[in-house]
Amino acid sequence: MATRTPSEQTNEEAQQGMEVGREACIEVSDLNLYYGSFLAVQDVNMRIERFKATALIGASGCGKSTFLRSLNRMHELVPGARAEGRVTLDGDDIYAANIDPVSIRRKVGMVFQAPNPFPTMSIYDNVAAGLKLNTRRIKKGDLDTVVERSLRGANLWDEVKNRLGKSGSGLSGGQQQRLCIARAIAVEPEVLLMDEPASALDPISTLAIEDLVQELKQDYTIVIVTHNMQQASRASDTTGFFNIEAAGEPGHLVEMGPTEKIFTNPDNKATEDYVSGRFG
Amino acid sequence: MTAVGYTTKLPRSGTVPRWAPWLTYGAATALAVILSRATGANVALLVVAAILLAGATIYVWSRAVEGSRRATDRVATLAVTSTFAIAMVPLVSLLVTVIRRGSDRFDVAFFTESLRNVVGDGGGAVHAIIGTLVITGLATFMAVPIGILTAVYLREYGAGRRLATAVTFFVDVMTGIPSIVAGLFAYALFALFLGPGVRLGIVGAAALTVLMIPIVVRATEEMLRIVPNSLREAAYALGVPKWKTIVRVVLPTALGGIITGVMLAIARVVGETAPLLVTTGVITSTNWNPFEGRMMNLSVFAYFQYKTPGVPPEPYFARAWAAALTLIIIVLFLYFVARLVSLRWGRTEIQR
Repeated sequence: MATRTPSEQTNEEAQQGMEVGREACIEVSDLNLYYGSFLAVQDVNMRIERFKATALIGASGCGKSTFLRSLNRMHELVPGARAEGRVTLDGDDIYAANIDPVSIRRKVGMVFQAPNPFPTMSIYDNVAAGLKLNTRRIKKGDLDTVVERSLRGANLWDEVKNRLGKSGSGLSGGQQQRLCIARAIAVEPEVLLMDEPASALDPISTLAIEDLVQELKQDYTIVIVTHNMQQASRASDTTGFFNIEAAGEPGHLVEMGPTEKIFTNPDNKATEDYVSGRFG
Repeated sequence: MTAVGYTTKLPRSGTVPRWAPWLTYGAATALAVILSRATGANVALLVVAAILLAGATIYVWSRAVEGSRRATDRVATLAVTSTFAIAMVPLVSLLVTVIRRGSDRFDVAFFTESLRNVVGDGGGAVHAIIGTLVITGLATFMAVPIGILTAVYLREYGAGRRLATAVTFFVDVMTGIPSIVAGLFAYALFALFLGPGVRLGIVGAAALTVLMIPIVVRATEEMLRIVPNSLREAAYALGVPKWKTIVRVVLPTALGGIITGVMLAIARVVGETAPLLVTTGVITSTNWNPFEGRMMNLSVFAYFQYKTPGVPPEPYFARAWAAALTLIIIVLFLYFVARLVSLRWGRTEIQR
């Protein structure tokens, strides 16, 4: 496929450029993702750097979310879905036969497109859920500390500190999404995957989430899928553009590089068309 | 040119008086009552005739004043209301009859004494109440875990597999088996080990378990189906293992509906007569032990009081009605408790 040659070169160049003094957190090589016999994402090679925000952009249905879900082995939860290739987290292959997917998900947390707090649990219990369900025994005082720290981390503490015992369903959409972020960071993952976390939110809540991404990347490596160009350009350090040739074809990574470069001077014509709004 | 459309006035129409429908229904009903008194004709037929008459009248009246759309609406309203009223008739009649005839013997003795050595008037049904509670409780204790775990397998683990498809099919078949078949099954099963003629509370409980399991499975399965997948994924993304996700997230979310399903299953079996007749036998004294000796229960009690009354038969009939009233009260009480439980613990507000 001649059209993909430039993007591969770009990838390699970009990777070589990044390797100077930068630490890779996740490395993806030759990753193919399938739903049954349908190849959804083809030949992805990617380096995701530690303590950076990486944005993945591209039209709907081009495999961004599928790729994101493969990074913590959520992809395989769909019946018939499987992955081929190599994904390493700190050098360990997460798809190795002797690796438990559950242990990967404890290190790679996820925030979903629509806020999904547990409806049967209070705000406090939602944040504490990861710890309570995973740890055999935990002191109430320690749990209080973690809950407060996580809610502060998600910029939600001041809004909910007086109603921790109430149900999380009573919060607004933006608050619920920040509650889900607090829940995800309460288990102290290394990486936080965000699948269009602001797509169901109003502009003010969206901005709050973007600010939060900026703060969170001090402590976490963040990979964020978004349809919002401004969001990608504001919130991320590195941007990857996914595309499909045509409906039914597999999605692939067209180009990846520093966000500023992708949005001002991309190497690939398709990327330029997409970020400038002439397509997709 | 464009303004033409906007200057057209909305169509105007009159309205029949607010009391018009009531006048029509009232007049038709009065006519039916008078006709019934005068001719002695069948009341049910006259009620149907009255409804048709009222419908025709209101249609003609409304069409003349309001136009055909509102006339149709008024006829539809009458049809919906009157079918609802007709559906309520047997229910209300049943309740009124049971309360009126059951209250004769709805006294302290009925709940404190058994029928041991009682001939004629007096005595009570405490032995039957105890039997009903013990047998149903035991059946619930056996059926609920099996039913819920089966549903969890079908929805969470086996979805799409052939075993799950087969189990779903047989659960559906079991929902429809006649209760006497469940009774004979339990009797035959225990007769294999304990010899023919075995009559124990546990055998009856086993029969009721067979009847309860499919109902619990179906209800739980439906509830698990509507628990959003996003909640499961949220738990998985926190590194929570699958079994813990089910126990701590999925089942609590579905709890309200599961409790309702369990209560429906209990209500279905608490009044069973046939399977208990063949499995637990008939006895007039109190027995708390389901593993030894026969056990009475309320529906068999009512059946026997009515089937084999003494002379005079009135006290026997009165006891049968009081037993029926007690059963209805037990079922109502169970529903009440279920509502409370699901309000308190089962926040069923499933989003999206």
